Amino acid sequence: MRFEPRTQVPLWLNVAAPLAALALSFLFCALLILWAGAPVFAAYGALLKGAFGSVFALSETLTRAAPLIFTGLAAAVAFRAKLWNIGGEGQLYAGALAVTYFGTGLITLPPVLMIPLLFFVGAVAGGLLLLLPVFLKLHLKVDEVVTTLLLNFVVLLFANYLLFGPWKDPLAMGWPQAAPIIDEGVLAPLIPRTRLHAGLIWALVFAVAAWAFIRYSKWGFEIRAVGNNPEAARFAGIPLGATVLRTALLSGGLAGMAGVCELAGLKGYLTLDISPGFGYTGIAVAMLAGLHPLGVIASAIFVAAIYNGADAMSRAMSISNYLADVLTATALLLVLASVLFVRYRPRWG
Amino acid sequence: MDILEIFVSLGFWAALVRMATPLIFGTLGELICERAGVLNLGIEGIMTLGAMTAWMWVYQGGDLWSAVLVAAVFGALFGWLHAGFSVYLGLSQHVTGIGITLLASALSYFAFRMMLPDVTTPPKIEPFAPYPVPGLSELPFLGEVLFTQSPLTYLAFLLVPAVAYGLYRTPLGLAVRMVGENPMAVEAQGIDVHRLRTAAVMLGSALMAIGGAFFTISVFDAFYIGMINGRGWICIALVIFASWRPGKALLGALLFAAFEALQIRVQQASSAFIPYQFYLMMPYVLSILAMIVMSRRAAYPKALLVPFRKGER
Repeated sequence: MRFEPRTQVPLWLNVAAPLAALALSFLFCALLILWAGAPVFAAYGALLKGAFGSVFALSETLTRAAPLIFTGLAAAVAFRAKLWNIGGEGQLYAGALAVTYFGTGLITLPPVLMIPLLFFVGAVAGGLLLLLPVFLKLHLKVDEVVTTLLLNFVVLLFANYLLFGPWKDPLAMGWPQAAPIIDEGVLAPLIPRTRLHAGLIWALVFAVAAWAFIRYSKWGFEIRAVGNNPEAARFAGIPLGATVLRTALLSGGLAGMAGVCELAGLKGYLTLDISPGFGYTGIAVAMLAGLHPLGVIASAIFVAAIYNGADAMSRAMSISNYLADVLTATALLLVLASVLFVRYRPRWG
Repeated sequence: MDILEIFVSLGFWAALVRMATPLIFGTLGELICERAGVLNLGIEGIMTLGAMTAWMWVYQGGDLWSAVLVAAVFGALFGWLHAGFSVYLGLSQHVTGIGITLLASALSYFAFRMMLPDVTTPPKIEPFAPYPVPGLSELPFLGEVLFTQSPLTYLAFLLVPAVAYGLYRTPLGLAVRMVGENPMAVEAQGIDVHRLRTAAVMLGSALMAIGGAFFTISVFDAFYIGMINGRGWICIALVIFASWRPGKALLGALLFAAFEALQIRVQQASSAFIPYQFYLMMPYVLSILAMIVMSRRAAYPKALLVPFRKGER
């Protein structure tokens, strides 16, 4: 089998290929549901109902989508420049650590200033964490995939140390958690009696801003150019190092803001389980969106729906909610392959 | 206990050899993949899968050696899947690898939960017992450290010269190294680049899976969620540290295991001064440092990360 580039891509293929990939992933997971001995349609019905079935379910899905939009954007922006930042999880925790440091009484400002300040410090912390891997990549050619992955574990252990040591809240009755974020720093709820909070608005704003930045700004153009062809970009006079550095700060900053969103919007105080792998799932979100910042919004909601729906499904029937991880991973791989078939035409023989 | 006492204790050296075992399997597996030009970021998930499948096989009544085979088969299967995406379709090896890791670990956890729905504490199996090599285990010191280990540990140590011989002294090994440097030249020899790379990735993934299996059927006797805990990523760093050479990979794995064995013992002695989390950080920090130290001499296989498409230059 060989591939030749298509001279023109029909519009229907652009839409149909990813949809077919998603359908295939659901088909594959249907086999797993059968293996678990549950009826497929009822199981997927429970999943759908758990994700969108009521105002509450919908609000929970959107609540989960907010941090995924941030981590998805972080991956999308970085991957656009072929900067393989797999450290979203660590950067998320770095953001959460910064919020805990500044937001638990060190500074008190009115909410209009306090909340932007928290997003700022969270973004700076996330961006700074990515500086070391980028420095090593640019100057010593050390692969950033491995360094960012390893730093995830380092940051998590550092947070663990702080929560069991100096930052442990004496009022928390022995639980490893930090002091709560002060009231001025808490993101306002969006719908009464649900957990949905203003973090979603922030996420949407940043998604649009990231899209405009990539699409229309000079630096955004440089990011795309470096990603498409670094040799040509350098030949055209685009500073390679500076562009990678900017991408890193942007990407790390977005992942850091996912931590801010969770802490100031949902949890209220730092614990060791503020993220069920949002950093890693963000990679799947970005790939499902074809690395398009606006697409990230839709794919984050889709992925959040799968996870929340799977939780509901596992409560209703005896199917493990790890099915959500299987479904997301399958979709990631199949959508990745589907994009290839859009751009290339397979030829047999 | 001071540092000197640790270094003369038998337990430390025996633990070092034990802890190096999964790293040797994982590093050799990754090394074979990368020598053929494919970065396999699926390693973390494939090790998890190996750990789960081998354990489950024994739990369901299979014997230990067939469990090793089962892990290897599942590893090779996911290697084949990886190659399908990264070699035949020529998709990004980074994204494919992360996808394989997510899929393999998710499937492992899902299958584990589905097959054991109602247990809260992980059930245990009877793992490999240390096998004293007749004669050699009688040696003072060395007998205890090197020759009273799990059979899988012997296998790991024997694999190092085997992989080195295979890579440097056989025509197949030459082809594998060449396909990682210059796939066009391999094509010109009439060898199918895609098939060769796929075979290398499958073999490497099988070794990774055995490395994962070592955790559940040799060192421990149960499977936990999150058991591999970044060891796969450490193996990738070790491959760079080893400059893609099997002998140096063994050295790296041993150095690394020495540090791990040391930190457990120092930690017990000095936890009052340095919080234990900093000791746990060390393997990851050390991996980054190892890559920095070796970065100037790192001679990447030239075609690493580059997909090969017939007739394209």
